[in-house]
Amino acid sequence: MNRYAMAAIYTFEMARTRRTLMQSVISPVLSTTLYFIVFGAAIGTRIPEIDGVSYGAYIVPGLIMLSLLTQSVSNASFGIYFPRFTGTIYELLSAPVSYLEIVIGYAGAAATKSALLGLIILATAALFVPLHIAHPVWMLLFLALTAITFSLLGFIIGIWADGFEKLQMVPLLFLTPLAFLGGTFYSINMLPPFWRTVTLFNPVVYLVSGFRWSFYGQGDVSVAISLAMTLGFLVLFVAMIAWIFRTGYRLKT
Amino acid sequence: MRPVITVSKLSKTYASGFEALKSVDLEIRRGEIFALLGPNGAGKTTLISIICGLVNPSTGTVRVGGHDIISDYRAARTMIGLVPQELTTDAFETVWSSVSFTRGLFGKAANPAHIERLLKDLSLWDKKDSKIMTLSGGMKRRLLIAKALSHQPQILFLDEPTAGVDVTLRAAMWNLVRSLRASGVTIILTTHYIEEAEEMADRVGVILEGELILVEEKTELMRKLGRKRLTLHLAQPLQTLPASLAVYRLQLANDGHDLVYDYDDALGENAGITSLLRQLADEGIVFRDLQTAQSSLEEIFVGLVEDRA
Ligand SMILES: Nc1ncnc2c1ncn2[C@@H]1O[C@H](COP(=O)(O)OP(=O)(O)OP(=O)(O)O)[C@@H](O)[C@H]1O
Ligand SMILES: [Mg+2]
Repeated sequence: MNRYAMAAIYTFEMARTRRTLMQSVISPVLSTTLYFIVFGAAIGTRIPEIDGVSYGAYIVPGLIMLSLLTQSVSNASFGIYFPRFTGTIYELLSAPVSYLEIVIGYAGAAATKSALLGLIILATAALFVPLHIAHPVWMLLFLALTAITFSLLGFIIGIWADGFEKLQMVPLLFLTPLAFLGGTFYSINMLPPFWRTVTLFNPVVYLVSGFRWSFYGQGDVSVAISLAMTLGFLVLFVAMIAWIFRTGYRLKT
Repeated sequence: MRPVITVSKLSKTYASGFEALKSVDLEIRRGEIFALLGPNGAGKTTLISIICGLVNPSTGTVRVGGHDIISDYRAARTMIGLVPQELTTDAFETVWSSVSFTRGLFGKAANPAHIERLLKDLSLWDKKDSKIMTLSGGMKRRLLIAKALSHQPQILFLDEPTAGVDVTLRAAMWNLVRSLRASGVTIILTTHYIEEAEEMADRVGVILEGELILVEEKTELMRKLGRKRLTLHLAQPLQTLPASLAVYRLQLANDGHDLVYDYDDALGENAGITSLLRQLADEGIVFRDLQTAQSSLEEIFVGLVEDRA
């Protein structure tokens, strides 16, 4: 393993994060705060408790998941797309680094960043609602696993994209809607049976449900299924990346 | 001595179907300066890009320091530093962090002393904390050189290093190249400026439409292909040439004041200068002065291109 290279990529990416600290931290924190004010304080007081949890607290895991998904994808996709766009990718391709090391560097940095962001949002949420975390270790595990998994997806998107529109398309057109419809703001058990079944095809349901279980001890689906689905995505994305690298897809002519 | 780079039967067909390299064979000797000459689109960058790992070869093999560039890419690439043709740099990074980054990528532990020396050698030291986007084009070029040298490579590729670099800087760059060579680094450069190859290179390769049509010692190349021209400045202008001199294919120039004789330098004693001069004397043609000129690599190159057209 070329650990110097992994460290170089990782610190390079983290330095980029530090430079853009304002926009990368402030904006998600601000939008989450707005959600809390609107849904937690304003509307939430009129919504009865769900599964014995106040509505304001109920939406915390889902909101963190929402940021985690979109931030992981956009960080990682931007991280690898940008050198392709500017041409500085030549350095990576000419360096004695394996593809695995490149992925660890880029996706690792993106995952670190979005996981930290998730924790910041959690801390912000604690200012507004009384939080209770039933399974802290599992909570961190889900947090890390989701950050890593979706950073890998972001990496794939960053390699597939051939323009900034495509780069923004996936988070905007797929992830955010899926997250909103995936039980971020409600329990899917509140839906009519037909829509509940449809919703079960939404992968985000399993991520949010597992994460919520780690907070309040119950989710929409069993935690084992949530974990299995998360790991399933991880394996899927790893396989896609392996294919990309074997074929040199969009990296080498 | 074993060549430091061996390219065998290397071909490249791009996805568009365009055949950019056609079965290229080339050996680069350790410690030499090799100049790759060729017009736009000849395939110079493609060849370099394959050796450095940026482009996949279609067929053929490349070994760097005995290591196959695909199966043993780590060992091969560790030996190489590449200065690309395009000025591709980050914008928001500082000079220092950018150079340090490259060193890390190539698997070397941080070495601030080495990077300091490099930046000083390339007159970038006062810019070390500047963001790259604030540098001029020539400074960016030097930054790319610093990055390529950051991991102390044994082989340096310079793809048109002097494009957009002023005269002073160019001289400084050549000094650096010479000192690198003196320290044992092998240098492969591409250029359109033939004087550069003439000035710098030990050997020259000419690539045309994806084919390496010639690889030669620079001095040998100039000797072999070099035409020489003898110009005699006549005391009295001539209107016509005596028929007895027809075999020499002489030409009159400058309103008959100059007599021009083109000959092949490689012929040596058989070039016929002695007999020409004797015959001129017999004809009573007197000359005041004479000069000889050797064709430059530039003329050789243009000649080669025209021969194929
Ligand atoms: N990615 C690509 N896809 C298709 N054709 C390409 C690609 N890259 C280069 N070519 C073609 O291959 C040929 C060789 O290009 P290359 O860049 O190697 O030339 P070069 O000798 O470096 O030229 P120059 O002196 O202009 O830099 C050109 O005709 C070019 O159009
Ligand atoms: Mg080129």
